[in-house]
Amino acid sequence: MPEQPIAVAMSGGVDSSTVAALLARQGRPIVGMTMQLWNQRRLPELSTEGGVGRCCSLDDVYDARRVAEQVGIPYYVVNFERQFEEQVVKPFVDEYLAGRTPIPCTLCNNYIKFDRFLEMADSVGARQIATGHYARVRFDEASGRYQLLRAVDGSKDQTYFLCGLTQAQLARTLFPLGELTKPEVRELARSMDLAVASKHDSQEICFVPNGDYAAFMDAYLKDTGRDLPKTRGAVVTTDGRELGEHDGVHHFTVGQRKGLGISTGEPLYVISTDAASQRVVVGGNHDLWRGRFFAKRVNWISIAGVTTPVRAQVKIRNKHSGAVSTLYATEDPARVEVVFDEPQRAVTPGQGAVFYDADLVLGGGWIE
Amino acid sequence: MNSVQRFYFDHNATTPVAPEVMEALVECLGQVYGNASSIHHFGQAAKQRLEGARRQLASLVHASPVELVFTSGGTESDNLALAGSRPAHIITSAIEHPAVLGTCAQLERQGTAVTVLAVGSGGLVNPDDVRRALRPDTGLVSIMHANNELGVVQPIAEIARVTREAGVPLHSDGVQALGKIPVDVEELGVDLYSMSGHKLYAPKGVGALYVRKGTRLAAIAYGGHHERDRRAGTENVPGIVAFGAAADLAASELAKESARMGALRDRLEKAVLDRISGAGVNGARWNRTPNTSNLYFDGIDGEALVIALDLRGFAVSTGSACSSGAITPSHVLTAIGLSADRARSSLRFSLGRSNTAAQVDALVDALEAAAAHLRRISVHA
Repeated sequence: MPEQPIAVAMSGGVDSSTVAALLARQGRPIVGMTMQLWNQRRLPELSTEGGVGRCCSLDDVYDARRVAEQVGIPYYVVNFERQFEEQVVKPFVDEYLAGRTPIPCTLCNNYIKFDRFLEMADSVGARQIATGHYARVRFDEASGRYQLLRAVDGSKDQTYFLCGLTQAQLARTLFPLGELTKPEVRELARSMDLAVASKHDSQEICFVPNGDYAAFMDAYLKDTGRDLPKTRGAVVTTDGRELGEHDGVHHFTVGQRKGLGISTGEPLYVISTDAASQRVVVGGNHDLWRGRFFAKRVNWISIAGVTTPVRAQVKIRNKHSGAVSTLYATEDPARVEVVFDEPQRAVTPGQGAVFYDADLVLGGGWIE
Repeated sequence: MNSVQRFYFDHNATTPVAPEVMEALVECLGQVYGNASSIHHFGQAAKQRLEGARRQLASLVHASPVELVFTSGGTESDNLALAGSRPAHIITSAIEHPAVLGTCAQLERQGTAVTVLAVGSGGLVNPDDVRRALRPDTGLVSIMHANNELGVVQPIAEIARVTREAGVPLHSDGVQALGKIPVDVEELGVDLYSMSGHKLYAPKGVGALYVRKGTRLAAIAYGGHHERDRRAGTENVPGIVAFGAAADLAASELAKESARMGALRDRLEKAVLDRISGAGVNGARWNRTPNTSNLYFDGIDGEALVIALDLRGFAVSTGSACSSGAITPSHVLTAIGLSADRARSSLRFSLGRSNTAAQVDALVDALEAAAAHLRRISVHA
């Protein structure tokens, strides 16, 4: 192999297909690969015939293969189902059972797409990988660090889910769509006659049909022969009054209003959940606001860390617009205290907190 | 990357159509279009070609032509043999092809009792295990002739002595044996024997089942009276003619080619064992089809190695083509006692007519380079 190829992670969707076609058009040698992550037939009770946005279906592999053929690149399906279950699905289920609200996409990026896939790319002689993520990466001479930046298309920006990427991973990663908007990508796909140009965007978490987490958890635990731990508990108010019963804390997430099964005069929201006691604490909207929190297991990207207080915009969930905050160092370099200028609603344990300086991703961790 | 020279080392998955076979196929496809059941001249011409091919295949396996039923391939032959025997109890082995194991699973759902015999580390079925597993209601024993992943050849004649004594019919999936080693249904003592055209240089979509005279076998597809009422459906005359031509080719070349294959295979294994550390042969090294070698490369992900080799122009496989992309390691390799890790680090090399010593040497060079690269970068091994 004269020139080292780039391994393109192809999901069969319009974004990664466009990446493959773009790089091929530039004359770069490419290997297309689709990661088979989850067997959709494994939990038949969750089957959603004709559902859109489910990943790893035979249709997606068909689409990816067709694009690879059209673009004229070698193409392989690589099976990471074992690793995906170990490092994404199991932790996802365990987090939920522990009363937290996990984000599997970040785990998948950290441990599958930018780890296992990178290793597979390396194995077949590809030093670099390219994905269809909306984000930008650049090398900063002054700091000697690879920096991660928000995508030009802010509405599609995926840096929130990429906050776990290490310097070594970023050094080998290309995000060719970071400078483009989604409409531009679709237009490019159309102009290159890609069959997937008008395919739907994927939705929700790929392995959870229709976003029904509770149904997925029940089916998965049954399939793996694990008993659902004691999951009945009390719904209590912030001042300790018992209002009723529920089927398990994993059915609830902080800030949730619907599905409490309790009607009172004023609207009730989930304020917190506790797996050990199986208590769901509810209260009014005002109880949801927090002025500060700790983020743990922080991965620093564009800066090496914080010693003195640093001003940042902090996103506490993907759709959050970002709150102006100050980051305070703790004794642990991978743990910071985030103090908002203005209190924020529904700071949810288990979700990611990502720190920005304008477009620059400083780093990110997990809400305690 | 599209300009690399390509070499094919996956002949157990399928073979290219041989030029001699292609000639017969194209000639038949162009000239002989009658329905072999028709009364007229065109039908008779097709029927003659059909029966000619049946004699060619019969001659290769030392059967009588009337004992051969043409099918769409090995999988259909296995289905017909097993389901058509309607056994109350069936005995098979843990290393059978999915065509047999899948049919057994379906029969089990329909009420058949299934006994799956374990094999030793060499991959061989012990005929005494067959004897011990026999029950008064055993209706069929199905043990493959040569294994697709390891090449290991089973002691079919010895097993046949056991089944004959008990009065139980014996089926053998001979898909991976035909064309690679001599097949004599009389010497083997089998009652049913599955064959597939595309494993011996005929096209895909044609196969056959040998049915010893007097063996009870019900149809599994219904319709016309083709193939002595055993397999309804208009015969695939061009495919069958090609299969016949391939049988002729195998008969004339078998001795020479199998010696040549064996020498190439030994050359491959010796070079790999000499030059690549942590490599070894899976299964018994004796009594194998001469073209097949299953090797492990400890600490290396087999899937990655297959892709790396393909990018260098060498086509090999992890286990059987039918299980490509599967999450679970090969059932054959686990059955002979390999750990999941070692099974996942194993590759199958299967040689054929086109391979030369120079190609084998180039393959070993590529393997050595790819293995060294994989070991260097491996962080999870």
